[in-house]
Amino acid sequence: MSFPLLTAMAVVPAVGALVTAAIPAAQRTTAKWVALLFSLVTLVLAAVTLVRFDPDSEDAYQLTESHAWIADFGVRYELGVDGIAVVLVALTALLIPFVILAGWNDADPPASSVHDKHDKHVKHEAADEVVTQGRWRPTQGFFALILMVEAMVILSFEATDVFLFYVFFEAMLIPMYFLIGGFGDRAGQLSEEETATQRSYAAVKFLLYNLAGGLIMLAAVVGLYAVTADDLGTGTFSLQQIAEARASGQLDISTNTERLLFLGFFFAFAVKAPLWPLHTWLPNAMGESTTPVAVLITAVVDKVGTFAMLRFCLQLFPEASKWATPVILVLAVISIIYGALLAVGQRDIKRLVAYASISHFGFIILGIFAMTSQGQNGATLYMVNHGISTAALMLVAGFLISRRGSRLIADYGGVQKVAPVLAGTFLIGGLATLSLPGLAPFISEFLVLVGTFSRYPAIGIIATVGIVLAALYVLVLYQRTMTGPVKAGIEGMPDLKARELTVVVPLIALLVFLGVYPKPVTDMIDPAVGRTLSVVDKQDPKPDVPAQDVEAAK
Amino acid sequence: MENLIGWLVAAPLLGAAVLLCGGKRLDRLGHWLGTLLAAASFVIGAVLFLDMLGEDEHHRAMHQHLFSWIPVGGFQADVAFQLDQLSMTFVLLITGVGTLIHIYSIGYMEHDERRRRFFGYLNLFLAAMLLLVIADNYLLLYVGWEGVGLASYLLIGFWQHKPSAATAAKKAFLVNRVGDVGLSIAIMLMFTTFGTFTFGPVLEATGETSEGKLTAIGLMLLLAACGKSAQVPLQSWLGDAMEGPTPVSALIHAATMVTAGVYLITRSGAIFNAAPDAQTAVVTVGAVTLIFGAIIGCAKDDIKKALAGSTMSQIGYMILAAGLGPIGYVFAIMHLVTHGFFKAGLFLGAGSVMHGMNDEVDMRKYGGLRKYMPITFITFGLGYLAIIGFPGLSGFFSKDKIIEAAFAKGGTEGWILGLTTLLGAAITAYYMTRVMLLTFFGEERWRNAATRSPNAPSAEPAAETRGEHAEPHPHESPKSMTIPMIVLAFGSVFAGGLFSVGDRFVHWLEPVTGHDHGDSPLSATTVTLSTVAVLIVGVSLAWAQYGRKPVPVVAPRGSLLTRAARRDLLQDDFNHVVLVRGGEHLTRSLVYVDHKLVDGVVNGTAASVGGLSGRLRRLQNGYARSYAVSMFGGTAVLIAATLLMRAV
Repeated sequence: MSFPLLTAMAVVPAVGALVTAAIPAAQRTTAKWVALLFSLVTLVLAAVTLVRFDPDSEDAYQLTESHAWIADFGVRYELGVDGIAVVLVALTALLIPFVILAGWNDADPPASSVHDKHDKHVKHEAADEVVTQGRWRPTQGFFALILMVEAMVILSFEATDVFLFYVFFEAMLIPMYFLIGGFGDRAGQLSEEETATQRSYAAVKFLLYNLAGGLIMLAAVVGLYAVTADDLGTGTFSLQQIAEARASGQLDISTNTERLLFLGFFFAFAVKAPLWPLHTWLPNAMGESTTPVAVLITAVVDKVGTFAMLRFCLQLFPEASKWATPVILVLAVISIIYGALLAVGQRDIKRLVAYASISHFGFIILGIFAMTSQGQNGATLYMVNHGISTAALMLVAGFLISRRGSRLIADYGGVQKVAPVLAGTFLIGGLATLSLPGLAPFISEFLVLVGTFSRYPAIGIIATVGIVLAALYVLVLYQRTMTGPVKAGIEGMPDLKARELTVVVPLIALLVFLGVYPKPVTDMIDPAVGRTLSVVDKQDPKPDVPAQDVEAAK
Repeated sequence: MENLIGWLVAAPLLGAAVLLCGGKRLDRLGHWLGTLLAAASFVIGAVLFLDMLGEDEHHRAMHQHLFSWIPVGGFQADVAFQLDQLSMTFVLLITGVGTLIHIYSIGYMEHDERRRRFFGYLNLFLAAMLLLVIADNYLLLYVGWEGVGLASYLLIGFWQHKPSAATAAKKAFLVNRVGDVGLSIAIMLMFTTFGTFTFGPVLEATGETSEGKLTAIGLMLLLAACGKSAQVPLQSWLGDAMEGPTPVSALIHAATMVTAGVYLITRSGAIFNAAPDAQTAVVTVGAVTLIFGAIIGCAKDDIKKALAGSTMSQIGYMILAAGLGPIGYVFAIMHLVTHGFFKAGLFLGAGSVMHGMNDEVDMRKYGGLRKYMPITFITFGLGYLAIIGFPGLSGFFSKDKIIEAAFAKGGTEGWILGLTTLLGAAITAYYMTRVMLLTFFGEERWRNAATRSPNAPSAEPAAETRGEHAEPHPHESPKSMTIPMIVLAFGSVFAGGLFSVGDRFVHWLEPVTGHDHGDSPLSATTVTLSTVAVLIVGVSLAWAQYGRKPVPVVAPRGSLLTRAARRDLLQDDFNHVVLVRGGEHLTRSLVYVDHKLVDGVVNGTAASVGGLSGRLRRLQNGYARSYAVSMFGGTAVLIAATLLMRAV
């Protein structure tokens, strides 16, 4: 048997989490380096996976692993990746080291609580759980939790057994909950106590929304088992088995059952993604958590939702997916426009990025359910590009916020005069967010729009309004924070430091590279998208007058 | 030879990358590097031009395929270039005039501490514009198209510490983005209609598809052209774009950016030829804008804004000509090239005047400057004669041809268009004479008056940094600035004649754009004589108003039209009330709705199912105990569900 690469990619960060958590309180720096090291090893494994993956293979899933797990009711430990999963795994493995590096100092115990007795006193009042200094290890916990999330996200991308997927899809809520609730940024105008209250509200809201989605999905998972048990004799959760059984006609789900099951799955993914009107947890969660955690939410964890729509909703319930398409497309377009308009109206930098993300998730879902090869290629590419561009924009925003100690746009002005590199990188992150051609997100956004337009012209045209609104919220943000006269409190702001540049420069380089030469990624995705579309039995609309035919005729 | 095409873009792009990433080390040499790479691009263009001349006229198009850009399913976009006579004309104009503007900027931006970055942006501008004109498909053209938008954003807002500059830059980008939506919808329509968006196949297949589709594509392309070329109704950014340093205005108005719309329409000629309704829309936009811009040009006291109105109007001529179909394409491009010379010359001249006048821009505070800056006077004067169409100079040949072509359109439409272009020519003569008289003739109105109160925000903040607020001492500009002006003046004088002798320009472009003489109700001589007649009327009117009488330093209140024209014919007031105010109300109420309604309803619905809302509210108390309970609750539900399933 060959080396279980897919398992290893999840085990490495999981072990890393345990090791990091075990490091003594005093050795905070060691803990950071250990966490970074484990995330880098994972990245190397992801690179190996990319190389070993053969985009032209006939198999639906590659590098598969399969072991019995809960034999009683057909749950297996089955992993495998297609072209879509493999790039998303790579994206996750790529972003985590940057998240760790960007959050290097975010979870240090406040220096004040060591040096300043008064502040320490306040701290005690705010949270009654502060233990003695010696055992309190927030830094270790922070990085261990991040690695834990990485492990679970990677397994969610790899699982080809529905139940296995469900377990990790839900389990990742636990570390995320603690990351949001336990580590806010110290950048509020409010008192420590109020900040803590808001933070815990955001964390609980995140948890309850996602838990509610998960519970409904659980019912659908059970239902799926019951249906397969009825038709096949033994129940199964294996994607491949179910697909084969459907193809051979052995498994025949009645229309109503299929629709109900679809809705159960889709609801959970729509909460995670998030789709309007289930989005309201995201601005709270991203606003209150530290910027690296906000990036983790929007760039990595939420992608599981849109990915799962492609892998589970479309492949398990193709007919129901087509049935629900009109409603989903409308919700997606609402997300695009609504998210962008709300981003324009925000006063808080992080909430602005959160609403922008809601708009972008609208594009991703639009691309998935347009069910054209351009749309789904675009949607998958969008997941990758949005991850990178949001990471770039949000992490630079985080560096900015940590310098001034405020999230409010109104507290900034004229930053480009004192910190030109910071302003420049912020602008590039912003330009990527508004999908400027030449940077990666343009390609995915255009593919989604073309793919949607070729089947639903009206919806495609409405969605283009998002292009203008994106320019509006990005440029207004840039203008208010970076240009104009230097505001009080900005004068001495230092420019980006070496560690921060290490985070930003590779992300920007990647945005440029994938904007100019996305072929390596599209080559991975394209065959997988073709397979998905053949499962749902949809072909691309044909052009009216194919230009090749005209040429051939001449 | 064809492998050189890519270097046209690569040279300035490399310059932009090095200058913007290079840091302070390059401060001393950066402007030379930027100028050198712009010149290199011009040399490559010239080499390719000579090579092209050697070919027979139907085999002049060159192609270079670099790599497959976006290969997805049936959607194939390549990074590939096409250099034919039309692209070549633009390449030489962009790189030639662009290089002169680079040279001029060395002197003009000498005292600016961010000069290196300025040259980086200039190089980026050239690279984007060159990509736009040599792309062989609409999607790659779109990259250059938005790249131009980005470069103009960076340059208009170059003095970002001034809020007005930052606002103008943002406005330019946003208005352009509205146009860009048009281009992206046009590309999508092409893809669904033809299955491709490469020039060759699309333009060849136009005969096979319905007129309705082509009209839709044409209208979307027109929307795009309106954004980039500042045509009504997307013209509002152009006046504000004067916030950028003056060489930027010259670059935007002469060699790059605003000419892109004319290129797009001419390039897509096959589509418009088969969609007469779209053509009518194009000529209408052109005709309206040419009058609109001219009226604004008459009322502005700011020299740069008067010239901006003039650009809008002249581009209107070109769009109108392009809308005429094969009768007009060649002349649209010919006017574009001659306009490139004289408008660049006029803007550089205006910059030179401002340079010598403490960056004052109000023409009412100029006067009698011809004695103090003779070179600027002569070069600006030649540009002036060229733009009003003085017989024998460049503008005369190109504008006269457009007027002829407008009449040649035939029918009532031809008469309306022809008379509109004649009226435009009269107004052009009027407002340009006004600029000339106010600036170089008459009393020296700048004497005994500090040109600028220290409190008034300056358009060109270099003056503030130099601390000059006293009476100006007008002086000629340094050589690095005057030499480009002299070169451009030569172009303003001779280019038109050179192109027209033996119809050289027509023969040059005809293989690409096609050409048709149309059916003019008037003879060429009649048209020329009418043109000269309206020219004399326009000049005389301006002379009567500004030459014979002394000019007040403070502008009189003026008629309703004048006051409206000073406010750009109320376009901004409209935008402000409808879009800005309306948008603010919309977003603000949406923020409220999202917080109170959407959040509330979703929480509420969940509450009726599982008590979510109540728990959420109680959990706001912030005590760790409560989260622990909720966590425990969640986990318990999870485990219970798992066990339950076992029972199934």
